[in-house]
Amino acid sequence: MLTTEEFELNMGPQHPSTHGVLRMVLKMDGERVVSCEPIVGYLHRSIEKMAENRTFAQVIPVTDRLDYCTSMTSNYVYVMAVEALADITPPARGEYIRVIMTELNRIASHLLWYGTFCLEIGATTPFLYAFADREKVLDLFEMASGARLLYNFIRIGGVGREVSQKFLDKMMTFLDGWEPRIPMYEALLDENPIFYNRTKGVGYLSQEKAKHYGVSGPNIRASGIAMDVRKDAPFAAYSDLDFDIPVFQEGDVFARYRARMEEMRQSARILRQCFDKIPGGPSSIPLNYRIKIPEGETYQHIESARGDIGCYLVSRGGDMPWRCKFRTPSFVHIQIFRDLLPGVLIPDIMAICASFDIVLPETDR
Amino acid sequence: MGLIDNRIPVHMEKTPGGGVMMTRLASLLGKVPGVNAAVNEAKASSMWYMLFGLACCAIELMATGASKYDFDRLGMIFRATPRQTDLMIVAGTLTLKMAPRVKLLYDQMPEPKYVIAMGGCTIHGGPFYHDSYSVLKGVDKIIPVDIHVAGCPPRPEALMNGCLALQDLIRTEKLGHDRDRPGLRQITERQVPGMPPINHLPPGGALIRPNEIPILG
Amino acid sequence: MALKLEQIRDRLRARFPEHIIVEDLNNMAALVIPQEIYHDVVWFLKSDEELDFDYLEFETCADHPPDLLAFVCYLRSLGHGHRIALKINLDRNQPSLPSLADLYANADWNEREIFDLFGVIFHNHPDLRRLMMPEDWTGHPLRKDYLHPNVVKRPD
Repeated sequence: MLTTEEFELNMGPQHPSTHGVLRMVLKMDGERVVSCEPIVGYLHRSIEKMAENRTFAQVIPVTDRLDYCTSMTSNYVYVMAVEALADITPPARGEYIRVIMTELNRIASHLLWYGTFCLEIGATTPFLYAFADREKVLDLFEMASGARLLYNFIRIGGVGREVSQKFLDKMMTFLDGWEPRIPMYEALLDENPIFYNRTKGVGYLSQEKAKHYGVSGPNIRASGIAMDVRKDAPFAAYSDLDFDIPVFQEGDVFARYRARMEEMRQSARILRQCFDKIPGGPSSIPLNYRIKIPEGETYQHIESARGDIGCYLVSRGGDMPWRCKFRTPSFVHIQIFRDLLPGVLIPDIMAICASFDIVLPETDR
Repeated sequence: MGLIDNRIPVHMEKTPGGGVMMTRLASLLGKVPGVNAAVNEAKASSMWYMLFGLACCAIELMATGASKYDFDRLGMIFRATPRQTDLMIVAGTLTLKMAPRVKLLYDQMPEPKYVIAMGGCTIHGGPFYHDSYSVLKGVDKIIPVDIHVAGCPPRPEALMNGCLALQDLIRTEKLGHDRDRPGLRQITERQVPGMPPINHLPPGGALIRPNEIPILG
Repeated sequence: MALKLEQIRDRLRARFPEHIIVEDLNNMAALVIPQEIYHDVVWFLKSDEELDFDYLEFETCADHPPDLLAFVCYLRSLGHGHRIALKINLDRNQPSLPSLADLYANADWNEREIFDLFGVIFHNHPDLRRLMMPEDWTGHPLRKDYLHPNVVKRPD
């Protein structure tokens, strides 16, 4: 029998396909992976320690840097934890604006994912298409918050700035122009036999394994579990909105790709309803900058583009958090590579890693 | 190697594209009108940058490279390996754990090489200056930086502006002269708190073993 | 069928009658359990059909000097839709706990992170090493009394 010697291959921390500074130590037998050990921590920026030395309002810009692809949701989950402790309810208009921002950010994040995922498996054109459309979403964010990437927009008791009717109209113009383009995105890939062969049946994640590892977001929905915080424990205005949760049973790379594409459609649907339903009135309650939060601890979680993001916040009655811990989906998703990668070929590593949509600063914090 | 050294005992300067040009010849050529400007123009208009993102700024770097802003206009295309690049855009927060790797990548790039520090974190720690125990406060503590681009993250326009400024810098270079980088000597002598002196880090090309990761704390 | 915290508490009290299980006043969703029965409690919560906590959200700690290290882990049942937090008050000088890595796969990295940043030793953990910091780092950064030459204090 022909045997080859096993060897170790170090992938990362600087590697174009690891989406940041992830390092993977792969034990290889020829082209096949025998075992995989992901190593994180190359972007551990001590965000949780910094949060302990800032006032509750000053922590919000730090949470932006937590998950830079969807910084609205990381703002939001922290603000939600503070509001739960302080017993603050933002006005109805504020809740709607938050939903709008979260969903727009989901679209931007999925477009970014779509572009880089295609780049990973060797298609450059979709990347250029996706980024062209993502810029339009960023223009909207710039109009509302003044920033392109890190917004610091969702604040305690509401939002940073009132959004104008012009913004909402522009959002609808964007949706009208962009939604017909989703089938075009899909046509670029779905009918391509190379794409089909590289994703179908690759990186199968079973339901049991997904639960066992604590996977969330589109990744668990691609494995047949309908888990979505927006439905399970509706926050903000999600209980008034009508939307579906796309669930796929296959659990492979292709299903995860399909799940995200369907999610973008649902986001557009939510945004259209928000445009119709958004109430008037104030969008935030004026609060003291150095707000004091009563003693207690809480855990709040919401659905970000990547999955179930949560914030565990402990206050001891001062104006600064005592402990602020973020439960992030990518932290969980990277662990699963140990289980999914053994047995696959080298090119499939990129397809599988990219399909989980990992973001490293969220993992390392 | 020895044979060639004996026959051509001249200092050699590496030029883009992997070729070498003899300094004596270069300084002669430099006196011919137009040659210096032509070589500089060639260098300035084909800055290939390393596809290397650390944090948030990498997304803006990608956006700059993509459809709307389009880095290709400046002759900049990304390369995935340091061996083929002229320019390193340090995009994002540099942590102490990652710092030896960035130094290694820089050492692997061929001369002439340039560095753009993109974003607040690479300038002086940016938003992570206070209270952070794991962030290297300024990438210029380990590698020499040519251009700093401020912002958190800088807008693509700002990054483009930084690249144009770097092109102007390259156009002032003299053929046959070593690139004047006074910062380099200071850097090797500077001590980063919690890290061994940077010239004690393994030289480029060597593998960094786990026990050689800087001891901190 | 989602159970309330009181119902879960009563089931646990019935199963572990000789130990004190109380609700935490600070955290509306938490039960404080003694350290000795931690692994058994989680095993029971996971294997009991009506409870069926099959999803570990996260584990973490909060440092309360001089001598308390509050450990907390959040569990959730995807089938029934209920959730619970378990709190254990650890001795800050010698913190140790049994590992949950045999019950939930993502406990592995959660516990490595806690070991790294708080210095809690997890028994029976398959691979207890530092996760975030370099392996030869000294000290546990998220403890309140941690000092490092790299830290610049923020002026107030």
